[in-house]
Amino acid sequence: MLYTDKVMDHFNNPRNVGVLDDADGVGEVGNPVCGDMMKISIKVAEDRIADIRFQTLGCGAAIATSSIVTEMAREMTLEEAVAITKKQVADELGGLPPAKMHCSVLATDGLKAAVDDYLVKNGREPISGGLEHDDPNFDPHAVPHEEACETEG
Amino acid sequence: MEQERDTYLDYAATTPVDPRVIDAMLPSLRDVWGNPNSLYRRGREAYTALEEARERFARVIGAEHPGEIIFTAGGTEADNLALLGIPLRSRPDGGHVIVSAFEHHAVLEPAHELEKRGFDVTYLKPRPEGYIDPEDVRAALRDDTVLVSVMHGNNEIGTVQPIAEIAAAAHERGAYMHTDAAQTLGKIPFDVTALGVDAATFSGHKIYAPKGIGALYLKRRTPLAPLIRGGGQESKRRSGTQDVAGAIAFATAAELVTADLDTEAPRLAALRDRLIDGITSALENTEVSATHHERLPNIAHLIIKGVEGEAMLLQLDAKGIAISTGSACSSGSLEPSHVLLSIGCPPELAHGSIRVSVGRYTTEDDIEYFLEVFPPIVKRLRDMSPVYEKMFGSHAG
Ligand code: FES
Repeated sequence: MLYTDKVMDHFNNPRNVGVLDDADGVGEVGNPVCGDMMKISIKVAEDRIADIRFQTLGCGAAIATSSIVTEMAREMTLEEAVAITKKQVADELGGLPPAKMHCSVLATDGLKAAVDDYLVKNGREPISGGLEHDDPNFDPHAVPHEEACETEG
Repeated sequence: MEQERDTYLDYAATTPVDPRVIDAMLPSLRDVWGNPNSLYRRGREAYTALEEARERFARVIGAEHPGEIIFTAGGTEADNLALLGIPLRSRPDGGHVIVSAFEHHAVLEPAHELEKRGFDVTYLKPRPEGYIDPEDVRAALRDDTVLVSVMHGNNEIGTVQPIAEIAAAAHERGAYMHTDAAQTLGKIPFDVTALGVDAATFSGHKIYAPKGIGALYLKRRTPLAPLIRGGGQESKRRSGTQDVAGAIAFATAAELVTADLDTEAPRLAALRDRLIDGITSALENTEVSATHHERLPNIAHLIIKGVEGEAMLLQLDAKGIAISTGSACSSGSLEPSHVLLSIGCPPELAHGSIRVSVGRYTTEDDIEYFLEVFPPIVKRLRDMSPVYEKMFGSHAG
């Protein structure tokens, strides 16, 4: 199992680590089985992500995907942000080992939860359509076959 | 830029080949290349070299007879040979086998295979302190128990099992006793006769010999069905033309690790203890995983709470340090280490486990370097964690 240089770069020098004290929305997600946790906080201006920070407890891939998702989401509209898929995250990093694909779910779910949190706090409807982790059938450690083949890198 | 340090602290995974071992094996690679099973001069030379290596190895481990040594292609093959070969020959129609739950996969997988072939297998849980209690073995033994297999030194948590007592218990009930001693030879005094086992596994690359050579000690008159069939080499117990150079390397390595045991074991234990003290005093919420006092001198296994193992491993790697972890995230199966789970370690804590293992070329300087580099890594990762503060109090590193 090898990580790409880009994964290692984001793991060793994670961008946007921390918590925004005056956050407009906060998303906390985790997988209690393996103990991986992620928290994203966002500042929103004109329905765009103006600022973003993350905290992650997890493996190299979990930290790298969290880091890159904060870079991808910055300046995006809320719709665009919740539409980021785990595959886009993995592609942005030059691929993830198949067994590590699920780690990027932590990042996309964290972002969705933060956006929904902002919307609900402001009396609006959530738009993410639910988190992958909330699906009772979601197994964070299962590797869907197509993904395993596509993204091995 | 990354540091150019090369601090190898994973000797329990594998060891570099000792230059003296290379010197000992080179002549046989170059000159003694005959087939030890051929009758002409070249064959006889190879045969003599092989049998000499067998005698030397037998002497090192305290075997009564060189014929009790079966050379294999490594520890995994030796484990498979014992686990399948002994029950299948002595009770072809099935029976009962006991293995400990924290065995290496090289024992557990053949045990699963035995179940498929109609055997009943008991996976004996270790005590929470991290060892197998002979009383528990005694309680699990049945009249139809054919084999008990309990590892000598655990490869992850480093605890040493009371094999002599377990073997005595097995023999009382007429069962054979196998032990995987891959981690113990050269780390603690070792003698198959004193332990009273019928079979024992050894691995070359754990003791500064090359990969690809191992051995099964099989006490005379212990029944064994071969796994690898062919030309009937190794007294029909393991076919295939023998690796003469490997056997010489293995015997030489075994002599070297036992020759300096009296000075090397305390040296390693001191390095291990310095490491444990250094980590636990520099970092809160860290502890040794298994408290059983009988332990290998070269393995330190710790739980670093609130941090994930693979992240620690990769950060240490960036500083030129090699260690291993029992974290779910770093295992191919994404399951936490079965060894840690078996001693009752909750998955969240197994998540932050690290194994640091020292060896012949580890210096005090290596340990000091580790202790300098490691605490800031843990603090950084804990700072990055969304839950550390919440879970472990106000002063998060
Ligand atoms: S976070 Fe557990 S494997 Fe990536």
